[in-house]
Amino acid sequence: MTNSWTDIRNTDLVIIMGGNAAEAHPCGFKWVTEAKANRGAKLIVVDPRFTRSASVADYYAPIRQGTDIAFLLGVIKYCIDNDKVQWDYVRAFTNAAYIVKEGFDYKDGLFTGYDSEKRDYDRSTWDYEIGEDGYVVTDETLQNPRCVWNLLKKHVSVYTPEMVERICGTPKDKFLKVAEMISECSTPDKTMTSMYALGWTQHSKGSQNIRSMAMLQLILGNIGVRGGGMNALRGHSNIQGLTDIGLMSNLIPGYLNIPTEREVAYATYIGSRGFKPLRPNQMSYWQNYPKFFVSFMKAMWGSAATPENDFAYHFLPKLDVASYDVLRAFEMMDQGQMFGYFCQGFNPLLAFPNRGKLTRSLSKLKYLVIMDPLETETARFWENHGTHNDVDTASIQTEVYQLPSTCFAEDEGALVNSGRWLQWHWAAQNPPGDAKADTWIMAQLHLRLKKMYQEEGGKFPDPILNLTWPYANPDEPSPDELARELNGYAVADLRDPNDPTKVVLEAGKQVPNFGTLRADGSTACGCWIYSGCYTEDGNMMARRDNNDPDATGAYSNWAFSWPANRRILYNRASCDLDGKPWDPSRKLIEWNGEKWVGYDVPDIAVTANPREVGPFIMNPEGQSRLFTRGMMRDGPFPAHYEPFESPVANVVAPAIRGNPVARVFASDREEFGDAAEFPYAATSYRLTEHFHYWTKHVWVNAVLQPEFFVEISEELAAEKGIEKGGWCRVWNKRGSVHAKAVVTKRIQPLVCDGKPVHIVGIPLHWGFTGAAKNGWGPNTLTPFVGDANIETPEFKAFLVNIERSDGPATA
Amino acid sequence: MTINVNPPVAPDTQQTMGPQDYIRRSASKVPEPERKLEPVAKLIDVSKCIGCKACQSACLEWNDLREEVGVNVGVYDNPHDLTPNTFTLMRFTEWVNDETGNLEWLIRKDGCMHCADPGCLKACPAPGAIVQYSNGVVDFVHENCIGCGYCVQGCPFNIPRISKADNRAYKCTLCSDRIAVGQGPACAKACPTKAIVFGTKEEMKAHAEKRIEDLKSRGYDNAGLYDPPGVGGTHVMYVLHHADRPSLYAGLPDNPRISPVVEAWKGVTKYAGLALMGFAAAAGVVHMALSGRNRVSREDDEEARRLAAQAPAAEPQDGEPRA
Repeated sequence: MTNSWTDIRNTDLVIIMGGNAAEAHPCGFKWVTEAKANRGAKLIVVDPRFTRSASVADYYAPIRQGTDIAFLLGVIKYCIDNDKVQWDYVRAFTNAAYIVKEGFDYKDGLFTGYDSEKRDYDRSTWDYEIGEDGYVVTDETLQNPRCVWNLLKKHVSVYTPEMVERICGTPKDKFLKVAEMISECSTPDKTMTSMYALGWTQHSKGSQNIRSMAMLQLILGNIGVRGGGMNALRGHSNIQGLTDIGLMSNLIPGYLNIPTEREVAYATYIGSRGFKPLRPNQMSYWQNYPKFFVSFMKAMWGSAATPENDFAYHFLPKLDVASYDVLRAFEMMDQGQMFGYFCQGFNPLLAFPNRGKLTRSLSKLKYLVIMDPLETETARFWENHGTHNDVDTASIQTEVYQLPSTCFAEDEGALVNSGRWLQWHWAAQNPPGDAKADTWIMAQLHLRLKKMYQEEGGKFPDPILNLTWPYANPDEPSPDELARELNGYAVADLRDPNDPTKVVLEAGKQVPNFGTLRADGSTACGCWIYSGCYTEDGNMMARRDNNDPDATGAYSNWAFSWPANRRILYNRASCDLDGKPWDPSRKLIEWNGEKWVGYDVPDIAVTANPREVGPFIMNPEGQSRLFTRGMMRDGPFPAHYEPFESPVANVVAPAIRGNPVARVFASDREEFGDAAEFPYAATSYRLTEHFHYWTKHVWVNAVLQPEFFVEISEELAAEKGIEKGGWCRVWNKRGSVHAKAVVTKRIQPLVCDGKPVHIVGIPLHWGFTGAAKNGWGPNTLTPFVGDANIETPEFKAFLVNIERSDGPATA
Repeated sequence: MTINVNPPVAPDTQQTMGPQDYIRRSASKVPEPERKLEPVAKLIDVSKCIGCKACQSACLEWNDLREEVGVNVGVYDNPHDLTPNTFTLMRFTEWVNDETGNLEWLIRKDGCMHCADPGCLKACPAPGAIVQYSNGVVDFVHENCIGCGYCVQGCPFNIPRISKADNRAYKCTLCSDRIAVGQGPACAKACPTKAIVFGTKEEMKAHAEKRIEDLKSRGYDNAGLYDPPGVGGTHVMYVLHHADRPSLYAGLPDNPRISPVVEAWKGVTKYAGLALMGFAAAAGVVHMALSGRNRVSREDDEEARRLAAQAPAAEPQDGEPRA
């Protein structure tokens, strides 16, 4: 989230699209009801299904899954055509006026530079003209046909209301009503908040779905302001923490990068991360990259990381591919290239696509280690559970280790919520049986591996032998110690650069914030964005002061919000060029002539002149990007692509299947289905009664939603002779499931490109362990392909066929 | 690491509600209470409800109830009806608004309405099995219940359910045990959107007014409060978007009244009824003597249910209203 849960109550308009907040985030949804009840805010829901969110919405519009970009670019076009643009904001804070290089173009669904063999672009033309002064050339009059604004206008021109209806199946009048409601938020005194989740991410163009809305929010002037923002609703209580802390194969904590094999030398790596400002006076905060990186290396390897050895840069692995994401990992297992797998709090047998392939891949492993508080399906993938897990146990040689771990209520630490708040929590009870905290398990693994390397040697034991391990009890680092390490500390006395006789922070003291970090090895910090969470003043995450002066929703003394306890990102953009709030009734910060003051911690330096320094400090531009240069693999603007399995062809680019740069493994392509054979557009989702595959282990939740079902329209049910509450079978090339049928008015057939499209909704909470009735997940059916940028699987749009059935065969 | 699990908390001895506050007691008389408690009410704002079932979950947890893991019958309502273990239930109705042509998903939390004029209590022939407190709470006193099912007949909302396990009637208590110590009902505490709120009846009516104003501003011209006069008003009230048509909400009675038959029992026929009932009561006692009144332990119960779950045909049929 750019904003926070509590800030949603400040909004005038909530749009829930690409998510279902009432259903999947019922507790956070309270802030929507607060905004509605106390501010008269309106709620729009755009979704293929009439969801629980829709049940309390002021306006609902249907959309075919996988067509959000067409819809949103249509809204952008509507705003431009009807002059519903917050012009002062767009001119001041976006790159609308930047001139793009000659040669950049978009035609027939492709941007300049496409290589169909590599399924990749040469992105060299996707960039700005740079002037002789070294800065981007701009045209503040927006007359130049190659300025970003004019290229955007041209790019969205195809997405007329008629085209939106043709692609999305959203009736034109409903689309126009939504566009009109949204466009009203282009005035400085009205804001819209975007609440989205996996309904946008789980597509082969998921990142671009989100960019489309981010662009719209910029055009409306809704980023950085109270009640606005791009608000990703995270699906697990600590999934924000997972990304922050770099639990991805290509990241290290704080959104720093694992080097690639082209960056064997430290100088190459760090030299390509200069982030020189592209406009005068801009902060371009990533210029501090070396400070954060070196401090991370010091936290990892302490005295073994020295200036002489480039802070142990050679200890870091160098990636030979873009990422070792989960899809690639299973592909490698299937190809016999990966022999062991650790599942820590992860149930891939239900959580990743194409279960048949997952079972096949797990069966080829030598060993599988499960660390989980629950009896997961993955842990039991080898066990025959009749029709619900019909495997030949005798043929599976994988050795499975189950390490029972603690549940969240049984340990202490911080969870990072969607709003970037690190909230400390305490254990409520002792773990059952032999369950151990994950930290204990990981410590044991480390210590035992280290001992083996010490005794037996190895090819490259240095990173393990030299890992800093300063914990009071080496067998189990405490959450407190780990949190202090994440915050960072001075390794040596830090001296004032202007007066070296003065020590500003003694060795061993906690740093107060990431501004204190240095690139010379005198500071250590596990995750720079968390710096400030555990200072010499104590554990900031454990703060529980719920005072909220002037009811701004900031709650600045409740827990700790990264970065720097900032509650709303880009908050300088809540003010005009003179530093005065766009909407005085929603003041966040303001320029008092000498410095920034207000309710939140400003993004920019507290004395930075508002007319000089832009709000988007992480961009070398200082401004936000309507055109995102070559930073995304699939285009500097979003463009409509159909899902890989779509009931209709791509209307704007008929020759293109799916996202043209999404990675597809050969064996998975063969398992894609076509509309002729599998005519129905399926989607997957969560229900309020359950949390993923966990709560089916809980009796009460199992009572509330006991049995696997699929949802279909009354029309499709009649066509197929499927009865409400009766059995049906849903299948495609990858698998087949039996489910009870919920026949509902909440799913309506849509008309797309002149053809009726039926939607099959498949919730995801059932498996073959736990208290609820045995069932399947949608992942038996979903395709093995991910987003072109981050490889999130395309769970939300795929094809199936459906028929009436007599239910699963009983053993 | 060993932590102190649930450290003991000093019990709140300041009981705010007890038998001295009865204003009605089934088939018997109570003395005029010395004090009159402020009438309370639970307000359920249907327009804020997202149907998450946190209330259902909280009810099961607080009252330590163990419901069956059922089946899906093509709807989101689970269980499919109130049962002796399910005191509250979300009922989902898909309704196409005939004026706007728009689909509306009407979700109503069903359960005891705590009528000011309680039909169950009036119908009950067992002395002291149903009581009403001066704050409006209508509660069942199970040790006095004879399981006759007349409360079901007497209830205009079809709420009480007779347990086949112990042959006694069960329904929402408005968390009288929580109210007695100054807390609100568990369902209200659990509700994430404040669709369920609890307070004095006057406060709740004032709160409802504001909600109705908001709904009218959004085009729900017939938004209103459901506090039906036919039962003297209720201590569980609804804010409805379509207060002119309560029955849209899964058959909420448009104009609930106590059955004339039950009203008649109040006169001479009640004694005739009681005579008839004597047989049922005696049967109940015999049943109790034979089977014992202890309910099975949770462990036994779980084991039995697990075994039962493996034999799909043997679904227990708890929850059928006895009427």
